Formats: sequence, structure tokens, C-alpha cells
Amino acid sequence: MPDFTAHVVEHLVLALSALALALAAGLPLGILCAHSAALRGAILAFAGIGRTLPSLAVLMLLLPWLGVGASPAIVALALLAIPPIVINVDVAIRGVPAPALDAATGMGMTRTQRFLRVVIPFALPVSFAGLRTATTETIASATLATFIGAGGLGDEIVRGLQTDDPALLLAGAAAVAVLALAADLSLGAAAALTAARA
Amino acid sequence: MSYLSSHPWRVAALAAAHVELVAVALVVALAVALPLGVLAARRPRVAPWLLGALGAIYTIPSLALLAVFVEAFGLGFAPIFVALVIYAQFMLARSIAAGIDGIDRAQVDAARGLGMSAAQVLWRVEFPQALPVFVGGIRVAAIAMIAIATLGGYVGGVGLGVLIFNGLTLHQNAMIVAGSVAASVLAIAVDAALRLTQRLLAY
Repeated sequence: MPDFTAHVVEHLVLALSALALALAAGLPLGILCAHSAALRGAILAFAGIGRTLPSLAVLMLLLPWLGVGASPAIVALALLAIPPIVINVDVAIRGVPAPALDAATGMGMTRTQRFLRVVIPFALPVSFAGLRTATTETIASATLATFIGAGGLGDEIVRGLQTDDPALLLAGAAAVAVLALAADLSLGAAAALTAARA
Repeated sequence: MSYLSSHPWRVAALAAAHVELVAVALVVALAVALPLGVLAARRPRVAPWLLGALGAIYTIPSLALLAVFVEAFGLGFAPIFVALVIYAQFMLARSIAAGIDGIDRAQVDAARGLGMSAAQVLWRVEFPQALPVFVGGIRVAAIAMIAIATLGGYVGGVGLGVLIFNGLTLHQNAMIVAGSVAASVLAIAVDAALRLTQRLLAY
């Protein structure tokens, strides 16, 4: 059982570190997309390809360069989580109603004030939906990190398969399913809250 | 890339097996999803429950569900095939329901007025009108299925995942890279082809 708890913690550390990295890269990229039509085409083309690549392939393609372990897995998971964040932040910011922006400018707000007090509140719900997608997908893909020796709940599943131990396998599968569903439901509830406040 | 140049036919054969697995699973998945999608479109009270349940299944990480199916069906073709069919349901049923919901009701009323039966309206008016949205759902499902099918290589199945997992076992990075690149190229190519189909159908 201590092993199992350690794997849950490992799984969460993998997923949350990757999400933090992906947010750090994805938020500015999404804002950049929304403000520059020239860059949008290129960034969204990359994001589209990123959405298409199989997550196992991305994990494996980094292997020859970054080797095995938790760090390369976090890099791969972050790369996979960036596209949904970028795509949703771009759509969210471009969807802010023009009259609201005009009103803010008319009231004498600076660009920074307008961004902080008008754009962000309006863009929050749709951006949040992107974070929700990224989170559930990252928790799912982190299961595959076991194949490059990064630990997590994938270890339980793989060990259960290899040793033909149904209890171990089912415990790992159930735990990762509960994590993914719980993240999806709680972020869904949080998104509904931000939407209600906007 | 060295593995691809030294074993081009091996990679091509595994890619063909990968495509075949996904294509057959997609056909079976469509046969299951069509009635589910029509049901969701016809019964607005059932739709959130049905799509919610399919969405919850879709949220479960694929390796977890696959492992459960290995327990149930043993190693080989069956677990990955069943996993593919089940994962596709959410995306397919949702797009079928959305496609039918999006049709101009006046067209359906006009078809009814011409004396078409409910089945005729479904096959000759609703499905053709909803086709671009269906193809959108098929595209998203196909991409996800190509990705999930790579895991088949781990449970004794076929396809490009065999290269990846054999490469891992043998510590042959060239095999791992060849399998990963081939699976990525396949996903990008299928995505592009179905996007084009979607655009042509929308005219």
C-alpha cells in the first residue's frame, strides 16, 4: 500500500509539473495569438499538429535526446498540454465583446487596465475549458510515462499486466480513472463558477 | 530514421496493419454510434445522460481501460479492438447528435409534408445534411484511435506500437523513433485527408 500511495503522488507530481510548464508557455502564446494575426497562423498550425500527434509517440520521440525518467516525461507531457491551452486562450480573448472593450477605452482605461479588468474576466471561462481538457489529457497521458521509467500509476497497471495480478492492475486502472474523472468534474464545476461570475 | 531506411517494408506492413485495425474498429464503432447519436438527437432528456456517460468513459485513461480489457479478453487483438470501439463512441455519437440537431427544421417539415416516412427523412434528409458534422466527429475519433492503437503493441496486438514496444524491450532507439514517427505521420495524414473531405462536403 505505501507503494500505491507513492505512485499516486508520483502521478500527480508528473501531471501537475507538466501542467505548470504548459501554462507558463501556453498562456503567453495564446495571448500572442489573439493579438497578432500574423503569428496566429503559425502558432495555431503547430498547435493543430500537436493535437494530432499520438501522446505515446511524443513521449517516445524525446527518448533518444532526453533519456528516461521523470524529467523527459514532464517535458513531453507539457508539450502535449500546450496546444489545448493556446487554442482556447486565443478563442477566449478574441471572443471578448467589442462593445465591452470600447466602453473600457471610453472610460479612460489604459491597455493594461483594460486587459486585467475586462479581457481576463471575459476570457476566463473559455480559457478554463482549455485547461480542463489539458488536465484530463495530461493525467491520462501520464499513465504512459511508465514506459520511459517515470513512475506514476502506469507502473501499477504495467506491473499488474506483467505479473498477471488482476488486483494490482485493477487498482491502478481504477485509481487513474478516478483521478481523471475527479479532475474533469472539479474543473468543470470551477469553470461553471467563473462563467457565472463573468 | 535509420530503421526506416533499413526496414522500409517492415514499417510499411505495420503501418498498414495499424490502418486496418483502426479502419475496421471505426466501421464497427460507427454502427454502434449511429443509433446512439440518433437517440441523443431525438430524446433531448436522454441526451445529456447518454453523452455524459460516454464522455466519462472517454475521460478514463486508455491504458487503464485497455488493461481491464486484457484482464477480460486476454492478450492479442480483442482488448485493443474493444477499447478502440468504446473510446470512439463519445466523439461519434456526439457529432451525430450535433449534426442532426443543427439541421434546419423547415427542411425536415418539408420532407414530412412530401409524404416521407420517419426513416426516409432520417436517411434522405437528416443524414446527408448532417454529413459534414459527422465527418468532423469521424476525424477526431480516427485521430484518437490511431493514438490508442499504438498501445496495442504492448498487449500483443498489431500495428506501429509493436515497433515502439519491441524497441523499448531491445533498447533500440531507432525502432522506437521509426514507430513513433510513422504513427505521427499517419495521424497527421489522416487528419489532413478528413479535413479536406469535411471541407468538400460542406459545399
